[in-house]
Amino acid sequence: MTYSIGEMIPTRDSYGRTLCDLGAKNDKVVVFEADIGKSTRSSWFGRKFPDRYFNVGIAEQNEMAAAAGAAMCGLIPFVNTYAVFAAMRACEQIRTFIAYPYLNVKICPSHGGITPANDGVTHQATEDIGMMRVIPGMTVIMPADAVAARELVFQAAQYPGPVYLRFTRDAVPVIYPDNTKFKIGKGIRLKAGKDVSIIALGDMVSKALVAQNLLYREKISADVIDMHTVKPLDTEILLDSAGRTGAVVTVEDHQINCGLGGAVCETLSERMNVPVKRIGLKDTFAESGEYEQLLEKYGMSAMDIVKACEDVIGRKNEQ
Amino acid sequence: MLGKEQKLQALVEKSRELRRHILLMIHNAASGHPGGALSAADIVTALYYHEMRIKPKTPGWRDRDRFILSKGHACPVLYSILAMRGYFPEKELFTLRKINSRLQGHPDMKRTPGVDSTSGSLGNGLSVGLGMALALRARKSNARVYVMLGCGELDEGMVWEAAMSATKFKLANLVAIIDYNRLQLDGTNDAVIPLEPLDDKWKAFGWNVLKIDGHDFNQIIHAFSAARRAPRIPTVIIANTVKGKGVSYMENKPEWHGKAPNDNELEKALSEVVK
Repeated sequence: MTYSIGEMIPTRDSYGRTLCDLGAKNDKVVVFEADIGKSTRSSWFGRKFPDRYFNVGIAEQNEMAAAAGAAMCGLIPFVNTYAVFAAMRACEQIRTFIAYPYLNVKICPSHGGITPANDGVTHQATEDIGMMRVIPGMTVIMPADAVAARELVFQAAQYPGPVYLRFTRDAVPVIYPDNTKFKIGKGIRLKAGKDVSIIALGDMVSKALVAQNLLYREKISADVIDMHTVKPLDTEILLDSAGRTGAVVTVEDHQINCGLGGAVCETLSERMNVPVKRIGLKDTFAESGEYEQLLEKYGMSAMDIVKACEDVIGRKNEQ
Repeated sequence: MLGKEQKLQALVEKSRELRRHILLMIHNAASGHPGGALSAADIVTALYYHEMRIKPKTPGWRDRDRFILSKGHACPVLYSILAMRGYFPEKELFTLRKINSRLQGHPDMKRTPGVDSTSGSLGNGLSVGLGMALALRARKSNARVYVMLGCGELDEGMVWEAAMSATKFKLANLVAIIDYNRLQLDGTNDAVIPLEPLDDKWKAFGWNVLKIDGHDFNQIIHAFSAARRAPRIPTVIIANTVKGKGVSYMENKPEWHGKAPNDNELEKALSEVVK
């Protein structure tokens, strides 16, 4: 499946198609689902490969531990549910039975961040990256668009060990040319700039690009990096960018604590004296509403990114 | 070929040796869980000396039968049987719970040869076994999966999630064994969370239910054969056991759930189990 720049596609759709491609290529790929296969798109795999598709019902802990058992027998399980349930309801199963034995399980939830917008807080996952990132050995990824989702899911299947990849419920614009190459753990510089670094994740990468354009009109040049892998963090590209611009803004669809912003601050505070501002949910739950309305209300819009950039540039100049 | 009586007698001898190892290693570690290890000892002996197809020299053999000690705190019973079967030297049993040891306080599949699944957090083992049974069937392997659960562990809701799904997937290659010693850390099952009618619960979930005396090798072995004959459904063996079995002062005493014997207690215990 190929994609064109500007198309609006939920990354879960790209994942569902990629899973079918993986299933055709590798008979070790098996899929676990918890009764939301039509929504996570894992049901597309289930139709093609019913013998390798295990719907355990609304029982995420059982699902996660069963995936661990399948990996113990040499298979490559992909586990599907919503991010809020994967990372929290089945958190201990991920930690003790998948990460501790370092098993080859790919946890691929849909409904990352506030993208299940009108479903409200129960279905929004805004703490999951933090919870997954703290677990030793976990790899944590959020692709920015359908192309990134396709490529990073292919990579994850080749990558030894546990991987957590979160997708969007809602449609996000395709921002990458279809032939873009990705590498787990390697951030991508989307725009080169010298005044401020915008380090963005997942669905917020497209917002960062809008902000970059707005800043450009103000003659502020922003370095925009898609940090699709939050763990292991690409410290090389981060330190290079922050070293050149001297001011950093992180942008994520997650709490500002413990996620990408937390990871960036952990790295920078030990290595470099630069002002940082984090965009995301500010230690608060969101609510039901349209996705764009929520971004606006909770200070996560392109304009908020612009203001944050101006703020850190101001602080840099005061230093 | 050994006659049946001789076979059973050989298992009894092995179970005495197993109990001796359990007591010695817990005494040496000065912490651990003797009660639940001793109640499981006869079933584990029968699994590793009679029932399971394993190759101790090739712990990673793809088509081996798997054993998951879901009640991971009873791991001295697992480590001892693995050492007896030659997965690692018996003298290593004295490293239990010590720094740099391959024998962790609860089973770690990446450190200990022969341990098929990490365990210790209760309620998870049957789900892990479910995933193994699904995977083995998908790989067209005839290997079977045995999961031993504690009775207190049945308080965990996840056990019942796994029980429902094992029937859905018709996993005849999955056997759950309940070490039904009727005690848990804080007291009796009845005082903490009553489990009865336990067999009816499993029947209602669609399992082939077998009730046995978990210290009678004849019954244990017959239950394993009966499980192999069950068509297209998983089997649960509800094994009535005695916590601390074999050591008079530990039997049926919840305080021996998680306590190591001192020197005098060890001596008395050893004199009883070798009889």
